[in-house]
Amino acid sequence: MDSVSDPEIPVLTVLDLGVVRSVRQEDKKVFVELTPTYSGCPAMDTMAADIDIAMQKAGYETEIKLVLSPAWSTDWISEDGRRKLEEYGVAAPLSESLDKRAIIDGERVVACTNCKSTNTKMISQFGSTACKALFQCDDCLEPFDYFKCLK
Amino acid sequence: MKDQLTKYLMMLGDNAMILGHRLSELCGHGPTLETDIALTNISLDLYGQVRSYFQYAAELSGEGVTEDTIAFLRKERTYLNVVLLEQPNENFAHVIVRQFLYDMFQSFLTPALMRSTDERIAAIAAKSIKETKYHLRFSTQWMKRLGAGTEESKSKIQAAVNHLLPFTDELFVMTAVEKEMLEQGIGPDLQSFKEDYYIKVQEVLEQAELSLPEAAPRVVKGKTGIHSEHMGYILNELQYMQRAYPQMEW
Repeated sequence: MDSVSDPEIPVLTVLDLGVVRSVRQEDKKVFVELTPTYSGCPAMDTMAADIDIAMQKAGYETEIKLVLSPAWSTDWISEDGRRKLEEYGVAAPLSESLDKRAIIDGERVVACTNCKSTNTKMISQFGSTACKALFQCDDCLEPFDYFKCLK
Repeated sequence: MKDQLTKYLMMLGDNAMILGHRLSELCGHGPTLETDIALTNISLDLYGQVRSYFQYAAELSGEGVTEDTIAFLRKERTYLNVVLLEQPNENFAHVIVRQFLYDMFQSFLTPALMRSTDERIAAIAAKSIKETKYHLRFSTQWMKRLGAGTEESKSKIQAAVNHLLPFTDELFVMTAVEKEMLEQGIGPDLQSFKEDYYIKVQEVLEQAELSLPEAAPRVVKGKTGIHSEHMGYILNELQYMQRAYPQMEW
């Protein structure tokens, strides 16, 4: 599982992202429960296929089941995952109330991944994928993605 | 009962699919890059919901039925979406108003579906509600921006409101399927939040400095399969690949 990454954010493994709900082993067969981040996320099928391939390489058969409930939340991204996100240039999700202030009220609270300044503004509520918004830093002018809080 | 539940799932799925399809038409054609990406991302969320509903409907339907046959191989009269969502992308104002009126409706319907006695529907709703909130934020902001914008944007969005709002009456009509679902505790009484819906809509219209049109509600019956002329054109495009190359897969 540590070798399977999110195809859109390759620094995050499926474990960092928190989409693996449960893993159960019976002899040579592994049962995996996956939860989608967003309902329409096209990366889900790829992640499921990649898990299957990784398990096959390790000599296991897999049965992957998608579970919807309880619904995934950005709180499930691991601490390690948040650090990797920031290093990769994607600002990690803020708390729900701070997120609202950034996205709705246009407050400058998201820290730039390049220079750490919070003098940043939202460019677009939806970024390169549905889960991210596009921001720009007014100090160093770096444009960057912000992983939106989903709760 | 199983048939009615399948129809109900199609109603929920068809709404998301037809609106999702309309938004997908804007891929590469949005007025600016940001709105283009936003609208197609919303479309993607809607298609995710469609898949959840149709996969469930396919399981109930048995042999030979898949999410794809439900999506692509039905006749027009068996699609059960509301007529509002078939309305074409006349201009950006129409796109935003149609989206806003639907998102606002979903912001009432989805929480009600989370309380459904059908666990699967409740789970799909719990997943969708988070996305619905984002969509509603996006469309509400644009309602205000266009309404309180320039003279031109105001006149265009007011025209879109005048045209589209009368179609919203259909959202609250209780068809035989929905009455059955209400009895089973699977779906809500749509009339129960009709008043609150229009209060909320009016609130946003006021904030957007727009007026509520006085036009009488449009009597349309998309939910029983009677569609507007636009539907044929939508299906023509939507079903083309499956009709031309039956059972083709990517």
